[in-house]
Amino acid sequence: MTTTISDHVPTTEAPSGPPPKTRSRREAWLRRGPLLPALIFTIIVTQIPFLITIAVSLLNWNIQRPGVKSFLGLGTYQSFAGLSNFGTVFTDSRLRAAVVNTIVLTASVVVISALVGLGIAVLLDRKFPGRGVARTLLIAPFLIMPVASALLWKHALYNPDYGLFNGLLNWVWQLFGAQQGPVVDYVSSTPMPAVIAALVWQWTPFMMLILLAGLQSQPGDVLEAAKIDRASPVQIFRHITLPHLRRYIELSVLLGSVYVVQTFDAIFTITQGGPGSATTNLPYEIYLTMFRKFEYGEAAAAGVVVVVGTIIVATFALRTISSLFTEEEMSR
Amino acid sequence: MTATTTESRATATPPQQPPASRRRRQRKAKDDTSAEAGIGWTVLAWAITVIFFAPVAWMVLTSLHIEADAATNPPSILAKLTLQNYQALFNRGVAPFLINSAIASVGSTLLVLVLAIPASYALSIRPVEKWTDVMFFFLSTKFLPPIAALLPIYLLVQKAGMLDNILTLVILYTSMNLPIAVWMMRSFLAEVPVEILEAARIDGAGFVRTIVSVVMPIAAPGLAATSLICFIFSWNEFMFAVNLTSTTASTAPIFLVGFISSQGLFLAKLCAAATLVSLPVLIAGFAAQDKLVRGLSLGAVK
Repeated sequence: MTTTISDHVPTTEAPSGPPPKTRSRREAWLRRGPLLPALIFTIIVTQIPFLITIAVSLLNWNIQRPGVKSFLGLGTYQSFAGLSNFGTVFTDSRLRAAVVNTIVLTASVVVISALVGLGIAVLLDRKFPGRGVARTLLIAPFLIMPVASALLWKHALYNPDYGLFNGLLNWVWQLFGAQQGPVVDYVSSTPMPAVIAALVWQWTPFMMLILLAGLQSQPGDVLEAAKIDRASPVQIFRHITLPHLRRYIELSVLLGSVYVVQTFDAIFTITQGGPGSATTNLPYEIYLTMFRKFEYGEAAAAGVVVVVGTIIVATFALRTISSLFTEEEMSR
Repeated sequence: MTATTTESRATATPPQQPPASRRRRQRKAKDDTSAEAGIGWTVLAWAITVIFFAPVAWMVLTSLHIEADAATNPPSILAKLTLQNYQALFNRGVAPFLINSAIASVGSTLLVLVLAIPASYALSIRPVEKWTDVMFFFLSTKFLPPIAALLPIYLLVQKAGMLDNILTLVILYTSMNLPIAVWMMRSFLAEVPVEILEAARIDGAGFVRTIVSVVMPIAAPGLAATSLICFIFSWNEFMFAVNLTSTTASTAPIFLVGFISSQGLFLAKLCAAATLVSLPVLIAGFAAQDKLVRGLSLGAVK
């Protein structure tokens, strides 16, 4: 692409027409023109809300109490709070639990689904009968509407009375002559693993697709050479495939983290954050703070904390994408 | 895989080798073990596929059973099949929710394309200065968690009197998908050969003409893939839909959640609803599966 652009630029600035200075300025605006609608739309819809979030995070604002000062005509708040909402975010036991739950949930889901996804990608990298069909079926969990898959896990799989998991246990137990299999209430007894399992099921195809694309982009001649040199499959995987896959693994893990941190559907549907606050993550806690406790200031402060946390992860993600991106540009 | 191995071995035979007969025997033995190993790996791959797909298959199967058969323990896999649950869904008024979802996702996808096509043109074919910075600005907005924007968006939408309005969802879904579309479309437009663009310019084609008659036909597969990805993400969106709509503008996922409050046996109908609302995205996703990875990685992985 670099060559494409440099080939292209001189020809578009052909030496005819108005004097160079006005022409190049007009030229620059002609180039910018098509970009502006998308850019302005994005700035308005994504940046203004975040500025408002930061402003609200500095206010004492509970809409159940009478407000005295108007906030941009959007509502009335009680008083200026300084940084006290942030103090609450880091000291309130519920919010602290939410921070811990978010980290546990995100890390578990991303690591487990990346490992399972890598295993499946390696299996699918071989040609075998029905590989295309298998790949199509494996993508399905990612395409099922997240709310539908959360409901499916909660009611059709986890339900202690008629869910598939206990049903299969019961069936196996009866096969061996027992009267009744064990009755496990997965969501109540192990809420966090129950949520994690449902999300791992949903996110594994995502990891698998990116890692499979990485595996298939391996240069064939290097693998051939390694085989001719009688390197064992394990050696090839460790010394050729893994180094090549490194950036694809990084990309899938970082993008996965950015998306899984935002998990709301599964918590809302499977556990409602419970029992107690055992599975309340930050997005769900912000939702509760906003629509159940009506503490706008605290909700905004928690939102700012989530954004800062995401920026830290996203910086690494951007760096990885940027390196893939420049490599692609170079290869043209 | 086995075939390539033996082939490469045969062509790459070094000068000093054991006699041909012995070589053949060795190779045969090697083939047998790798063939056996191959069957093992194939079985494993299919076993994992079946395990992963089982919940989906179970959902579809349960949706075709009557409620009494759906709630048995152990499960009754061979029970009689029926479509009555799907019938029941339409009697309960699923249609308006599906229509709302269709308006929100198709509307936002069209708006995304209208904004993203010129933008990606200005980021690849006739790039603005510092176009990589612009690309990364778009990308960075995708990384901001929407939950942190919910409060201000709620306040602004409420102020504008646009709560429970499908247009609100169209705008929000557009901003959610625009970065993905810009990145994807740019990676497709970057593949349009320069010579063709030059030829169009020499023939006097303007900006709109170049896009419509030259760029779009070449980038059509990319355009289709981008639309499908945007459609998938808008159709599945839940957080904004549940918090910003109440009755008239509610989308399909809200219908699903409303199901739980119902009394008595509901598993079969729930599975039917889950299958029904997932169907458009399953079809779109299977159709776009070759390009799915490009969309999910924002164009970074081909």
